[in-house]
Amino acid sequence: MDMPPPNPDILARKPELVARLNRALPEAAVISDPAETRAYECDALTAYKCPPLAVVLPGSTQEVAAALRICHEMGVPVVPRGAGTSLAGGALPSADSVILGVARLTEVLETDYENRFIRVQTGRTNLSVTGAVETKGFFYAPDPSSQLACAIAGNIAMNSGGAHCLKYGVTTNNLMGVTMVLMDGTVVELGGAHLDAAGYDLLGLICGSEGQLGVVTEATLRILHKPEGARPVLIGFDSNEVAGHCVSDIIKAGVLPVAIEFMDRPCIRACEAFAGAGYPDCEALLIVEVEGSDAEIDEQLETIIEIARAHDPVELRQSTSPEESARIWLGRKSAFGAMGQINDYMCLDGTIPVSQLPHVLKRIGEMSGEFGLDVANVFHAGDGNMHPLILFDANKPGDLERCEAFGAAILKLCVEVGGCLTGEHGVGIEKRDLMIDQYAPEDLEIQMAVKDVFDPGWLLNPAKVFPLQSSAAHRDAAA
Amino acid sequence: MKTLEPESEAELAAILAGAKAPFRVQGGGTRPIGGPREGVALATRRLSGITLYEPGALTMVARAGTPLAEIESTLAAEGQRLAFEPMDHRGVLGTTGEPTIGGVFGANVSGPRRIQAGAARDFLLGVRFVDGRGQIIRNGGRVMKNVTGYDLVKLMAGSFGTLGVLTELSFKVLPGAKSAGTVAITGLDDATAIAALSRALASPFEVSGAAHLPGGGNDAARTLIRLEGSQASVAYRAGRLQEALAQFGDARFDHDGDAVAGVWRDLRDLRPFHGREGDVWRVSVKPSDAPGIVAALPGAEAIYDWGGGLVWLLVPRGTAAQAIRAPLDTVGGHATRIRGEAGEGTFHPPPAPVAALQEGLRRKFDPRGLLNPGLMDSPAQMASD
Ligand SMILES: Cc1cc2nc3c(=O)[nH]c(=O)nc-3n(C[C@H](O)[C@H](O)[C@H](O)COP(=O)(O)OP(=O)(O)OC[C@H]3O[C@@H](n4cnc5c(N)ncnc54)[C@H](O)[C@@H]3O)c2cc1C
Repeated sequence: MDMPPPNPDILARKPELVARLNRALPEAAVISDPAETRAYECDALTAYKCPPLAVVLPGSTQEVAAALRICHEMGVPVVPRGAGTSLAGGALPSADSVILGVARLTEVLETDYENRFIRVQTGRTNLSVTGAVETKGFFYAPDPSSQLACAIAGNIAMNSGGAHCLKYGVTTNNLMGVTMVLMDGTVVELGGAHLDAAGYDLLGLICGSEGQLGVVTEATLRILHKPEGARPVLIGFDSNEVAGHCVSDIIKAGVLPVAIEFMDRPCIRACEAFAGAGYPDCEALLIVEVEGSDAEIDEQLETIIEIARAHDPVELRQSTSPEESARIWLGRKSAFGAMGQINDYMCLDGTIPVSQLPHVLKRIGEMSGEFGLDVANVFHAGDGNMHPLILFDANKPGDLERCEAFGAAILKLCVEVGGCLTGEHGVGIEKRDLMIDQYAPEDLEIQMAVKDVFDPGWLLNPAKVFPLQSSAAHRDAAA
Repeated sequence: MKTLEPESEAELAAILAGAKAPFRVQGGGTRPIGGPREGVALATRRLSGITLYEPGALTMVARAGTPLAEIESTLAAEGQRLAFEPMDHRGVLGTTGEPTIGGVFGANVSGPRRIQAGAARDFLLGVRFVDGRGQIIRNGGRVMKNVTGYDLVKLMAGSFGTLGVLTELSFKVLPGAKSAGTVAITGLDDATAIAALSRALASPFEVSGAAHLPGGGNDAARTLIRLEGSQASVAYRAGRLQEALAQFGDARFDHDGDAVAGVWRDLRDLRPFHGREGDVWRVSVKPSDAPGIVAALPGAEAIYDWGGGLVWLLVPRGTAAQAIRAPLDTVGGHATRIRGEAGEGTFHPPPAPVAALQEGLRRKFDPRGLLNPGLMDSPAQMASD
């Protein structure tokens, strides 16, 4: 993975930078000791590491603005950071950059049940947003599996999704407003407690911009009342193809489940060995969950089961109690842990049109043989967001490289069949160099022109998202 | 001068690349919000046709000039629909012609179901457009989840043709409802009505429409809550809501399919304002602020949608933009003039740093100022507002 060489001039000015940051911020907010900055050397893409020049942890929007103004004046790159759970290397520092973390910005600023929103500082974790409103029966819908750790800041920057987004949408569909600080320290308010901000949809533009357009310090989020109940059905099939057709038929039938999860045989076996959830040993498993009152759930599950029967399932298990539901979900929820037990793995995140599921699964199986690495599939089938897990041995020379090549080949396949490189994890550095496989040069140019407007100096998270070769002209012009 | 109607994306790109003077970009011309404007009319009408429809994947791709009617009937044949329920502006604006899908997304037009399902922009998955330099640009795709690069799809939705001419759109569609019903309470004052709607929207009963028509003259005020789903489910939730709203008065349940559809279509298209004198404004606010804003405008007639979060105002002709917008400065929100004196003041002026970003984007996408000059956040409008 190429990164631009650190700017020696900036490295030489570290003492001046730290002194200025220290003057502008409370003492504990600035970290410059290499023993301590090391804690920020990577995010959840741990294959790549680099300690930053310094770390700042501001306690307010004003402090964020002050820190950014100093970095702006001195021409120092800034990498915003939430909880560091990015799987794409979005929060990876460079040696000449300052990490700006929002970890101390965790307050709930306002809860309004009548108007159904909550306003929080963005260092707050995803799960604790729901935690703040659940005593009143409310929840914040986007639920990435990392929700215990990941921050709203990172969710907004990556436009994160979750298991329930088939029904409730991803972050961008639940975000009503933000307070954001531009690289030059200007504070901008977008949207608010009303719907559909005025003017251009800048809120939609910054959501998913991977920390390259501004530092988001506060967010207004839509909250919803919890459904009365939810229950899944587990359906096993002899072939991936038939399972794929079943997904498509369920969707066509007009029931809208909250989740349709898909697991293939390697994944089922690993989960079964790990969690003992009682899954059948079959080619493909679907977990389909619906919501509502008991009677409403029964009615929807009946329709789904009828559709499933037409596809000759080898197993059909309808939950009738919370215990049974928990058992059905147990294996799926431990999928990543189960795979981690067996092996090192790389988790991909491409999306494909649902109709291409059988074809893509078949091709991945064939490629597994070609690359000599096993792969397990577990993913959100309702929206085509695949998470192939490629198994490799980090201690075996050449395995990581083979794994990365296999991963790139799968992502190119996703693009080829009409899908995309990343459905929810983001581009970061991981998929940066594949962007030319999805976009033509002019498609990338206009995206970079957007960055030119928000951050003319290309100081915010500059080496991410766009292939270095594509962004060179912009970065050089800015320098 | 006659309207330019390119028949292909390439022809459109050539027109824009070689252009010397500005254009008025239009689809079917049924939503001339902020118009009429200067420039040669450039219409997408001939860039028409559905290019892909996969009911099992809930996705459709269509060229920008495809008539909305064609899209809706194609979807209906599979029992699907555009869940954001785009409003038809013809009645209230007195326009004729065929609304196009490009116009729907270009103006980010949503209807009552926006409160539950999301706005037009939430359903737009991918775009192709020609920018002001004549370049063909692609962003997003046709899959439901996509975070590959910046989301220019959202930026293009609601940009009223000022950043580029949309040529093709891919969007998510949803199954239609098996049945629908309306729970209605009559005679509530505005503030009480919004409180009742808030109660319904804060329930687990998946309200897909929440509106209040204040009435007047011989008409009693009507507070309306829509439920959709299977018949049994709609009946069950209606019963639960009737209980939950008992303190607000007698809540009646209507489940006659045609009548229910008619009530919500009329609301969506602002039927009570059709053929009436005056300017029409669209105000987006926090729902509980809405009644106060309406009360502070003597002579205004209001229709509340989105649980009060969307207020349609009928005000005397020439009512100053400032009169509508001043209260929003303190509580937050924005107002757009949908019908009235053309040009300046149509769109809500953004605060200075946001205006600078918008202007910056516009200069990048359309450096020569060819696309709908004067519309949205042009400097001319900001200076005079
Ligand atoms: C086990 C595991 C499971 C996961 N499951 C899911 C899942 O189900 N769905 C999903 O979508 N993702 C998932 N992820 C990925 C990850 O959790 C998300 O991308 C998450 O949103 C990152 O949040 P964070 O706070 O950790 O951000 P970080 O990793 O700290 O940063 C992510 C990006 O956000 C930028 N950023 C951070 N703070 C700000 C700010 N204040 N302003 C502007 N930009 C900022 C950073 O520069 C970086 O580019 C998973 C990760 C792990 C490790």
